[in-house]
Amino acid sequence: MPIIEIVFYLFAAVLVASALSVVTVGNPVYAVLFLVLSFFSAACIWLLLEAEFLAIILVLVYVGAVMVLFLFVVMMLDVGGGQKKAQFARYLPVGLLVALAMAGQLFLVIWTQGFEAQFMPEPYPEGFSHTRALGELLYTDYLYAFEIAAVLLLVAIIAAIALTHRRRPETRYQDPSEQIKVRKAERVRLVSMPSEKEGASGNGNGQEGS
Amino acid sequence: MMLLDLQLALPEIFVLTTACVVLLADLFIPANRRGLTHLLATLVLIFAAILTARLMMAPGEVAYAFSDTFVRDRFGDILKIFSYLTLAAVFIYAKHYLRQFNLYKGEFYTLSLFALLGIMVMISASSLLTLYLGLELLALSSYALVALNRDSLQGSEAAMKYFILGSLASGLLLYGMSLIYGATGSLDLAAISAGLSGSAGDSLLLTFGLVFVVVGVAFKLGVVPMHMWVPDVYHGAPLAITLFIGTVPKIASLALVVRLLEDGLGNLHGDWQLMLVIIAALSLILGNLAAIAQTNIKRMLAYSTISHMGFMLLGILAGTNEGYAAAMFYTLAYVFMSAGAFAVVILLSDGEREADQIEDLKGLAKRNPWYAFMMLMLMFSLAGIPVFLGFFAKWQVIAATISAGFTGLAILAVVMAVVGAFYYLRIVKVMYFDEPEDTHVIAAPVDFKTLLTINGVGVLALGLFSSGLIKLCVSAFS
Repeated sequence: MPIIEIVFYLFAAVLVASALSVVTVGNPVYAVLFLVLSFFSAACIWLLLEAEFLAIILVLVYVGAVMVLFLFVVMMLDVGGGQKKAQFARYLPVGLLVALAMAGQLFLVIWTQGFEAQFMPEPYPEGFSHTRALGELLYTDYLYAFEIAAVLLLVAIIAAIALTHRRRPETRYQDPSEQIKVRKAERVRLVSMPSEKEGASGNGNGQEGS
Repeated sequence: MMLLDLQLALPEIFVLTTACVVLLADLFIPANRRGLTHLLATLVLIFAAILTARLMMAPGEVAYAFSDTFVRDRFGDILKIFSYLTLAAVFIYAKHYLRQFNLYKGEFYTLSLFALLGIMVMISASSLLTLYLGLELLALSSYALVALNRDSLQGSEAAMKYFILGSLASGLLLYGMSLIYGATGSLDLAAISAGLSGSAGDSLLLTFGLVFVVVGVAFKLGVVPMHMWVPDVYHGAPLAITLFIGTVPKIASLALVVRLLEDGLGNLHGDWQLMLVIIAALSLILGNLAAIAQTNIKRMLAYSTISHMGFMLLGILAGTNEGYAAAMFYTLAYVFMSAGAFAVVILLSDGEREADQIEDLKGLAKRNPWYAFMMLMLMFSLAGIPVFLGFFAKWQVIAATISAGFTGLAILAVVMAVVGAFYYLRIVKVMYFDEPEDTHVIAAPVDFKTLLTINGVGVLALGLFSSGLIKLCVSAFS
């Protein structure tokens, strides 16, 4: 038992620290990286709760795909952290107010309900697989709905491509077969010029290649 | 067991797989032979209709599949077959427009087929989960279709509005569904219905969920007070897409209302009836009055849609089998008429701009008497003038409203139908009594002309022989 608690507090501390860093750190790239760390810590806590499927999905989808996209966008847009500091000070009073209100609400809930777990589920027997249980339900009872949801994603892909993909006349792209078939006469032009008498600078003339 | 499940969902499976085939095949079809994609998509619809008709002929009334998330019944089969037919007509009408406006792309067909799949899923849903997924599939395809013309500022604006408001409505609907799930403990519509019959169903949580569900449904129907998106989307979308949005998804909306409010929450009828009374009355008033002020025919038809959906709700709020059948008949009749009306606007458009002003119809009777006559019949039918299809549709829903005891509402509906007749007849006046300004020759492919003629004559023929269609609708609820 203590081992589990130690591990829990370790990951929880990392989670809280990294979540705090997301909002306090100046550089947006660092902020995204801290968000990755907090997601990862949350996934580890889920693993402790025996929700291994959710944990893996969180790492695969959020850490693996969404956050990388996030990072990509942040780096592409080159969001500066310069004016953020000034804005932070400006919004601080309202932010503190909201934080205090939230803390008060949390306090009320804890005060009236207590913070003891009311209902602790029995731990699952060894070898129990969430993924398997979920899959069994998904591919039997909810098979029809699952398939329709898949079609929904397909339509989203078709719609996205239909709305964004356009063949512009000004777009340039390579055609390998054209490139291979090219001849010297099409690309190289020989220009004959009278040779320069004085100085040694006139030796690069004669050929223009592309 | 599993094989039987697959057999019941055969039309859905077929449409899904062939939509993927069309998607792939379109990549290899050169742009000048896009007609092949059109042909493939139409073949998909024909074969899907055959498969659904076979299921309809098979014995056994109601069958559930996939752990009760899917239901096959007569109501669903009829609606599905009408959806295929309407989409096939939309394809033919749209082709003429898309060609002229340089939008003739394969994506139109694949997205429409996926939207159809969403409609089919909604029609056959017997669980809140599948109902919602079908709705999202339809909505997502529709958003993309509205934005299909990326060079059009109006189109992008309409798509943006549609997307944001649609997501909000989906959120509200989902919230209501989750509250109902919390109150009844089940996603299954039949189980929810059974759970509600035991208790009095007066729990606050349930009513709260019901309000959110009704608001979400009202948005999808486009009725007051959730109607804001309808005129803007109808106006901003390319005409062919407006034609699509104004027809096939209306069948899905009917299915959504019937599945949710009748199959699932039928025992809360007393709670939702009053909400629908208010929504229907406001839609009738606002739809008809606002339509009078429009100079753009797309916007006028959009406001007329709002009032027609109000009429449809009159049948639903009665809460009887007779009322549901009337609402179904009204929806099918409306889809048939509005497809023809949009087709005439497409017919008048040339490659430069859409003929979406009422002025563009000036003197159509002199330019082309036959299509002016078709438009005249369509307008008479939409106005609900006797002998035409629209009259019998209105008659059915008003009869259902009166038998449910809402005489005042029925009177309001009749008065509003008379007010509505003004703007439909104004179109007729513009066509027959004004001098033409635009004199370019009206040309369209043969299939377009034939279909428009069938559509125009159909509102008269189906009006004269409406008993067959009415019987079909009644049989869905008996």
